[in-house]
Amino acid sequence: MVCLLEIIRKEVISQVKACRILGRSIRDAVKSITRNFSLSMASILCDMITLIIVSVAIIIACNVNNATKSIESEMNIVVYFNKNSTEEDSNNAFLEIKNLEGVTKAIYKSKDEWKTEMSDYSDTFDTMLNYLSDNPLMNSCIVYVEDIREINNIADKIKEITNVEVVKYGESMVEEIVSAFDLIQKITIGIVIALILVTVFLISNTIKLTIYSRKNEIEIMRLVGASNTAIKLPFLFEGLFLGIIGSIIPVCITIYGYVILYNIMHGYMFTETLNLIKPYNFVFYVSGIIVLLGAIVGMFGSTNSVRKYLKV
Amino acid sequence: MKFIDFKDVTKTYSNGITACADITLQIEKGEFVFVIGLTASGKSTLIKMLYREEKPTKGTVMVGGVNVGKLRNRKVYKYRRKVGIVFQDFKLLPNLTVYENVAFALECVGAKASEIRPKVLKALERVGLKDKVRSFPKELSGGEMQRVCIARAIVNEPKLLICDEPTGNLDPKTSKEIVDVISSINNDLGTTVIMATHDKDIVNRMKKRVLVINNGMLVGDYKKGSYKSSESM
Repeated sequence: MVCLLEIIRKEVISQVKACRILGRSIRDAVKSITRNFSLSMASILCDMITLIIVSVAIIIACNVNNATKSIESEMNIVVYFNKNSTEEDSNNAFLEIKNLEGVTKAIYKSKDEWKTEMSDYSDTFDTMLNYLSDNPLMNSCIVYVEDIREINNIADKIKEITNVEVVKYGESMVEEIVSAFDLIQKITIGIVIALILVTVFLISNTIKLTIYSRKNEIEIMRLVGASNTAIKLPFLFEGLFLGIIGSIIPVCITIYGYVILYNIMHGYMFTETLNLIKPYNFVFYVSGIIVLLGAIVGMFGSTNSVRKYLKV
Repeated sequence: MKFIDFKDVTKTYSNGITACADITLQIEKGEFVFVIGLTASGKSTLIKMLYREEKPTKGTVMVGGVNVGKLRNRKVYKYRRKVGIVFQDFKLLPNLTVYENVAFALECVGAKASEIRPKVLKALERVGLKDKVRSFPKELSGGEMQRVCIARAIVNEPKLLICDEPTGNLDPKTSKEIVDVISSINNDLGTTVIMATHDKDIVNRMKKRVLVINNGMLVGDYKKGSYKSSESM
């Protein structure tokens, strides 16, 4: 019983000590940022510049991605049913198409619908169509596919269905567009990853330099009996704070900059068919990534550099 | 068992130089011992083995029942909390004030905030620096910096105070004051003091036990007051 109490007492004491060391680490981190002001500024500026670049790269990459996706989703297959088929035959064929694998959406348009639409569209059509006793148009449907790369296969399958007369899609373009978009996506993702790696390298290098100038401090900490954790913690918090401080301006630039850009461009990228991503929520996601990146890189950069001086 | 017990301690550095060879010695609790010898005689290595900056290649170093040479790297910090170390080059943190430098040793250990203040002030009072608590190290003289270093070493109330040429950078008058402070700690607190030096005036004046190291070997162990420096030193 006494033994158990003793163990509990020791455990509580060690917890309390850990809390104290944690609190002091945070205090020391703040103190060291303010007292080594010029070095802190160097880290913060380095953080800032690289994070701005990363933020711009992420915004561009996301928008390019978004644009290619929207172009892809606009691509569809137009199917005309046999002119002699009845409404019911067309409907059956339509249902068959709709149930094909890889088809996300299919919209049916009967020849009568076409007729009214075309009549509304122009008076010339209206008079022409009214001359004819029979409706010369065909029943049709528009098919949207899940994956643009499958459009050829699906078109082939649709051709096999009875009562399908004409299948139209941008046969010649599709493959080129798809491969071009794939390339664009790969390049943008590659650039973002490369930039993030550069950021990691630059920030951790700057921190390494600032810590090199304080290796004396680490040595003294060791000599007065600080545990390795107690030595690392202030540096960890310092890196964390520097990372977060360094990401403030990039975040502001991301949020305000993107909103202003969006308003200037009226939400379009070059042409009206390509929309920019709506700023709200998007900018917050990007900001979140920037802050997180700054914080994590700062933290790991500093603890990693301290580790080098901790070998006894 | 004696407080400090060196048994056949040999230290050979990786470059092949043997700094200490077969040193066997014992030191009682509460003793004040000088370790003297020429530069590169091995006395620094001997001192460093006491606070586990260096590990003996052979033999055992026992301090207060701890086998210092066998301590694992991750456990060293706990041992260091039980010894105070005073350096020739002070090793103060330049960005911390006098008070913070001393408090630092207690904070590393995770001491209670309410305990830190009185302990730090007491230690600073003992070394005679109570009116400089807010100064930064660069605003202090060499003697004052050494006092801060001593205060930091004793604030944890260690059983052993290791001084590695504490007066090496100081003029004779200041050296005397510093040694007096260390001596008073030895007298008042009963702290065992081991002090490496090559200042023969101090050694002659203090009349304490003297260990003479030459070429890595213990060539003389003079009882309290029996040592008289010769010209060879």
